[in-house]
Amino acid sequence: MDVFGSFALLLAFVCALYALVGGIAAIATRHPLLIKSTRQAGMAACVLIFLATFSVVYLFVTDSFSISYVVSHSNRDLATFFKVVALWSGQEGSLLFWCFLLSIYIFSVLIAYRNKHGELMPYVGTILAGVQLFFLTISNFVTSPFKLLAVANASGALEYYTRPDGSGLNPVLQYPEMIIHPPNLYSGYTGFTIPFAFALAALLARYPGEKWIHLTRKWTMIAWCFQTVGILLGAHWAYAVLGWGGYWGWDPVENASFLPWLTGTAFLHSVMMQEKRGMMKVWNVWLVFITFMLCILGTLLTRSGVVSSVHAFAQSNIGSWFVGFLAVTLAVCLFAYFKNRDYLKSENQLDSIVSRESSFLFNNLVLLVACIAILSGTLFPVFSEWFTGNRISVGTPFFNKVNVPLGLLLLFLTGVGPLLAWRKTSAESLKRNFLWPTIAGVVGAVIVIALGARDFYAIVCFLLSTFVAATIAVEYYRGAKVIRVRSNLNWLSSAVELTLRNTRRYGGYIVHVGIVMIFVGLAGQAFNQEVQKEIGIGGTAKIGPYELLLQALDQKQEKNYVAERMIVEVMKDHKPVMILFPERRNFPTNQESGTMVAIYSTLREDLYVVYAGVNQGSEVPTIHVFLNPLVKWVWYGGIVVVMGTIVALVTPRHAVLVLSGAKEQTQAKGLRTTLPSSVTVREGHD
Amino acid sequence: MKKQVKFGIGIGVIVVSMACLAWLGYGESKTYYHTIAELETLHGSAAAHRMRVGGTVEPGSIHHVSGRTDFVLLGEGKSLSVSYTGNDPLPDSFIDNSQALIEGRMGSDGRFQAEHVQAKCASKYEAAPGEAPKSSAPTGRS
Repeated sequence: MDVFGSFALLLAFVCALYALVGGIAAIATRHPLLIKSTRQAGMAACVLIFLATFSVVYLFVTDSFSISYVVSHSNRDLATFFKVVALWSGQEGSLLFWCFLLSIYIFSVLIAYRNKHGELMPYVGTILAGVQLFFLTISNFVTSPFKLLAVANASGALEYYTRPDGSGLNPVLQYPEMIIHPPNLYSGYTGFTIPFAFALAALLARYPGEKWIHLTRKWTMIAWCFQTVGILLGAHWAYAVLGWGGYWGWDPVENASFLPWLTGTAFLHSVMMQEKRGMMKVWNVWLVFITFMLCILGTLLTRSGVVSSVHAFAQSNIGSWFVGFLAVTLAVCLFAYFKNRDYLKSENQLDSIVSRESSFLFNNLVLLVACIAILSGTLFPVFSEWFTGNRISVGTPFFNKVNVPLGLLLLFLTGVGPLLAWRKTSAESLKRNFLWPTIAGVVGAVIVIALGARDFYAIVCFLLSTFVAATIAVEYYRGAKVIRVRSNLNWLSSAVELTLRNTRRYGGYIVHVGIVMIFVGLAGQAFNQEVQKEIGIGGTAKIGPYELLLQALDQKQEKNYVAERMIVEVMKDHKPVMILFPERRNFPTNQESGTMVAIYSTLREDLYVVYAGVNQGSEVPTIHVFLNPLVKWVWYGGIVVVMGTIVALVTPRHAVLVLSGAKEQTQAKGLRTTLPSSVTVREGHD
Repeated sequence: MKKQVKFGIGIGVIVVSMACLAWLGYGESKTYYHTIAELETLHGSAAAHRMRVGGTVEPGSIHHVSGRTDFVLLGEGKSLSVSYTGNDPLPDSFIDNSQALIEGRMGSDGRFQAEHVQAKCASKYEAAPGEAPKSSAPTGRS
């Protein structure tokens, strides 16, 4: 199977090479057969990559310990689903998996648009083949997952050999989230390749109008949604496994996944300016280019350990390949931009500072500044070493100082932006839209202060969260009222009907609700408490309203590890609430240990209990207890974001009433311009 | 006022205030990476910085004293005496000959006062996608 897999991978390389070179020739000659054959080569490359990936999974499942990658990441006793997951537990497999996910996107795009957009698709196919070729080069020639184990025999010649068992999978990866977190994150990373390819193709081909934006909207949103889920699952994994009581530590790898999310979010918003007003064209194209490059950079940071904040244990040789690829990508983007700059000329200008355009502009500014701050903080060790010779890292205070105010500003814009009119908003409309939400926000702030909040940022966060939630509620109320009057539905059905009529706008609002919930959860951190204590059997630890009693310690032998457990009874107001079992797992195969945190989670707060270890001097076990308010809001917020994105992806049920009216009006007046219908009548629409 | 000027002021205020905050955060949290050999060559303010040092734990050097743990870190033929006074229990992987990464400041007595210790056995596997640095950092939030 290893021969089959590596051959498939090599053949995929050849196909992708043909798709790239043939694609360039096809663009130059416009020969229909050449265009068709390069497209089919691109599809063949994808299928071959699928086969290669499946053969790696097959090698894992069949315990093929003659393969170096399998030996390093699996062992016989490992549960079968972890053997499948082990595909992406190391560098070689991860990069192949990246390529696999990219191929799913490429295959879908090539199939979906095979008979459409004849002017654009050869460019798109060629660019996609170029990206694929890079990853195939890495997987074939730099870090192949099919490498065989070999030892020198008595005469010094190398011989293949098979190990009786593997070294096992890293214990911190033996956790359910690890099954779904990397695929999500990687689907996000790879997914941004599609809008990138379309944007670059449209620029190179001078493809008319905003078509590439319409074509890629759904792809971008799918990628963005995967990225969001991937980041949150990673945070949840860190929370549940690493045992330090938090879910976000501004680690380089976390930052790497967050950077393309920031620019991707900026892009999703600023394209609306281009669609509605023909503005920001240069900006949008570059946002998409940068998002893609940040995805590649993210993969590089994750895989190469270039700026590993903790240490440089995992060094690798792929760094220079990635830097080279980034340089080539940047060069191609610059070339396309300077060649066809005039194609990106803006059709309109900003009219007023209190307008939808302006709110998008500031939204983009905030996201970009956050991105630059995080990027520079992450790469600081690298740059400081270049310039001063000293390797200097910056930590959490740096990231929080900048990003907390920026996040709050963004939250404010989330509430304000959607309710401002395009071009210019009147004072009257401001009052009509924002009076009640502002009152709600102030009430929210007063309530949290009354509940004992003293942290400035937390109070502001609650104020803004209530404000934004209220703006969305008011929007829903107004829309639903109109439908209710016209169709005699109840409030709930009217709200559903409203959402289905304009999925894009109301899906967007639902996403915003999810983001607000995440912010509420983040603000909860201001009230975190923790207690660490050496505790004997029968001993207690107190935190907030809870009292924890260590009843016993025991050991549990599992197939792949031995678990040492604390049996902790949790009491609230002297009444038993539940029993928690924080664990430490020892994995004999690789002599590593892992923590299994016990969490009692409610919407109000998480009681987070860690068996922190045994004092090596006194042999007394240590318990580490955290009381983290509102953490669950972050995870639930994530679910709401996904639901909102799905809604926004659904095709609206009916034509929007206001819109059809607007079109008639403009046609009657003979005012049709290059803009899609009058913007003023579309006030309030996304 | 012209609208361009208004936008300019808005953008300027955001960028400048963020730059100030970034500078404050930088001053508060910058940590220097040094090797054990480099530590001897540091003088004055450079020796007082917050630092991160990596090395191998000398076999037999780990001593648990009340309230702290002393050990010796080896690297590039040099050695460094370390006192760990942090609250978190030391990781299980912190044993003789393990690779350790310590974070803290140089004490006036020439002992390194470590606030965080991370350790990793010379291991057979490598880190995972997405989580590479943390996988071997069970004690620290880095």
